[in-house]
Amino acid sequence: MGWFDLLKQGLKKTSQVLNTDIRDLFKQEGRLVDDAFLTELFAILVRTDMGAGPAGEIRDQVRTEFRGRVVHMQDVLGTVRAKVREQLQQPEEPIQFANSGPTIVVVVGVNGSGKTTSIAKLTHMFKQQGKSVLLGAGDTFRAAAVRQLTIWAERLGAEIVTGNEGSDPASVAHRAVSQALEKNVDVCIIDTAGRLQTQTNLMNELAKIRRVITKQIDGAPHEVLLVLDATAGQNAISQAKGFSDAAGCTGIVLAKLDGTAKGGVVIAIRKQFDLPVKYIGTGEKSEDLALFNADEFVKALFE
Amino acid sequence: MLRQFPKSKMFESLQNGLQSAWKSVRGKGKLTEANMREGLAIVEQSLLEADVSYSVVQDFMGRVQEQALGQKVMQALDPGQQLIGVVRDELINLLGPVDSSLHLKSDTTVLMLCGLQGSGKTTTCAKLARLLLDNNVQSMLVAADLQRPAAIEQLHVNGDKLGVPVYSEPGAKDPVVVCQNAVKKAKAEGVRVVILDTAGRLAIDQQLMDELSLIDKRVAPDQVYLVVDGMTGQDAVNSAKSFNEALELNGVIMTKLDGDARGGALLSVKHVTGVPIKFIGTGEHLDALEPFRPEGMAGRILGLGDTLALVDEVRKIVDEDERQKWEEQAKKGEFTLDDFKLQMEKVAKPGLMQKMLGLLPGAAQLQEAMAGADSAKEAKRFIGMVNSMTPQERRNPKVIDPQRRARIAQGAGVQAQEVNQLVKNYEIMKQMVTGMANAGMGDRMRMLNQLKDGALMNPGAKLIKAKVGTGKRLSTEEKQKMKKLRERELKKRKRGGG
Repeated sequence: MGWFDLLKQGLKKTSQVLNTDIRDLFKQEGRLVDDAFLTELFAILVRTDMGAGPAGEIRDQVRTEFRGRVVHMQDVLGTVRAKVREQLQQPEEPIQFANSGPTIVVVVGVNGSGKTTSIAKLTHMFKQQGKSVLLGAGDTFRAAAVRQLTIWAERLGAEIVTGNEGSDPASVAHRAVSQALEKNVDVCIIDTAGRLQTQTNLMNELAKIRRVITKQIDGAPHEVLLVLDATAGQNAISQAKGFSDAAGCTGIVLAKLDGTAKGGVVIAIRKQFDLPVKYIGTGEKSEDLALFNADEFVKALFE
Repeated sequence: MLRQFPKSKMFESLQNGLQSAWKSVRGKGKLTEANMREGLAIVEQSLLEADVSYSVVQDFMGRVQEQALGQKVMQALDPGQQLIGVVRDELINLLGPVDSSLHLKSDTTVLMLCGLQGSGKTTTCAKLARLLLDNNVQSMLVAADLQRPAAIEQLHVNGDKLGVPVYSEPGAKDPVVVCQNAVKKAKAEGVRVVILDTAGRLAIDQQLMDELSLIDKRVAPDQVYLVVDGMTGQDAVNSAKSFNEALELNGVIMTKLDGDARGGALLSVKHVTGVPIKFIGTGEHLDALEPFRPEGMAGRILGLGDTLALVDEVRKIVDEDERQKWEEQAKKGEFTLDDFKLQMEKVAKPGLMQKMLGLLPGAAQLQEAMAGADSAKEAKRFIGMVNSMTPQERRNPKVIDPQRRARIAQGAGVQAQEVNQLVKNYEIMKQMVTGMANAGMGDRMRMLNQLKDGALMNPGAKLIKAKVGTGKRLSTEEKQKMKKLRERELKKRKRGGG
């Protein structure tokens, strides 16, 4: 199955919600754009978690363009699609590989956002591309997190560097990068413990992990991926800010997009920050990862 | 290079929003219905930003509108406060009533936890076991999550930490059988409470929902609790609805509320299920499970902070006698370096300061300003310095001359200027403490706000500097200068950030 199909499949629910609801707005002959209509449109937009602000802007644009007219669905859909695409527009941006030597990828996020599963999916993807992968089990805090990653490493045929529970994650990262250099693997993915962006000392720990890696390889880590839960609401904006400030995120992995109809918070994040969504998680299996693409995302959203 | 983000408006509280919206009104002294509708729109926006689901917000606004447009609010001296009061009361009303009881039976009680993936079920199971342990009730944890790799092991590690038995069947395929066997075993051994940790699922996954229903039917748990991530967005209504339909929930536990999430999803979940909210999770450690209080949650959802929880937090570290003694001393203007040291010792716990700050209204910005300040570490340095002082120096730091200073610095292993810093901080603190002790409630709040604003005017300031900023009132000129600086900074950001 191509990635576009995967994406469509994952987004089917979202697409259904949006399509059905918008179709309901317009009876066959079209419908007058009045306050009641605009309120209904606003409700549909807010339900995608894009946030009251961006949803309000879209509503206002529709109001300006269509006020008092009897419209057809495709007209309004076209406007909404154009507006959302405009907000999400970005170059298609896969992982930036190092020019030579191992590419270091650090994965960060709040507790339960789906970091470990996303790492498994990334590992699978790199292996499919014929690359060798080494994992650094940097979540030394949560009970059995190391074990969870080890199971994935065994399943996917990746090497893994671990530390004891409670040991310094920066030292695990350091050892992982050293081994990656020594064995000349293509990609080294460092897992980190889930943390909330308001926990200053834990955010400092991320900054330390970053510093340690930079000392070993100039220009590393090449990617710092923030894993966001697609069911998250507006707090994801605070997450994007907090983690980027501490760890210098280079992109977002939007996980659990298949589970629900949502994921619209990336629209708000794109609007506020210069942080691209790189991948989307569309299922529970290790192959359920697709490249994020604004055009296709919007197309699949309203198709 | 690290990306720096412009400060967004997301932390702007409802209070500020209403204040700025009604600034013009106040001058004229009259509030029209149109103004009030504008205010209501701000309340609506604020609730949506707190992630309350759209349909729930509509329903809620319907409830408060009538009251807001009534004479009492419209003609109040401060309609903004009145409106917030109405909204807050209605929130408390909807989030309540309180029922943190686990409804234990005289024999074995079976609790079942369910929820979406990553909501925090396994951690919450362990927290419940810990809570029971604190009340001398023996429990047994059951690893019924056979989906996620190492979930069983995670429960075992937590169980070992607490000294609570964990039941699991290695290689088992059917969670129903595991639960049945576990309950049988618990009953045979006379264990009071069995806690079932089920697999996380996606609400739309019918197969896994059926599995949950089957456990519910076959094992017949006495209480079924839904675990909800505090950061959940609009979708909360959908997932809560499907869980409630499949399982008939008895209660809700919301997790991850130690961060800056406003947790509006809780209102959605309550609205859909109608079952009581039992506990909230406020940290990663196993004792961080608190009985739910609608008052605190209402303040949080509205972005008003939770001052009651702050008082609780302070009570936890300072007992009442001690507090009274301090208060008396402070009233007399007595506050020595020894007292300062004692206070420092109380807060010299990692993360405690941040946690307490997080409970202050509008404290998100304060926390940001404090980012990078390791207050626990700094407190420890202070303690070290005070320890190196003679009793005389502690009573009267004015006697500390360069010679004494060098001795103290050497003793504590710090730079001499840090001793200066300590004395300076102590003096500011003394001013605040003795000032506060003699101030009324209103003045205290004002001082607290001054402290907050001090940190805001100086973003990026460390703890020490934040305190310096509050010690003296700025002159009008200084304030003007600050304002200009801020405005210039804002303009720069606007231009740069596009």
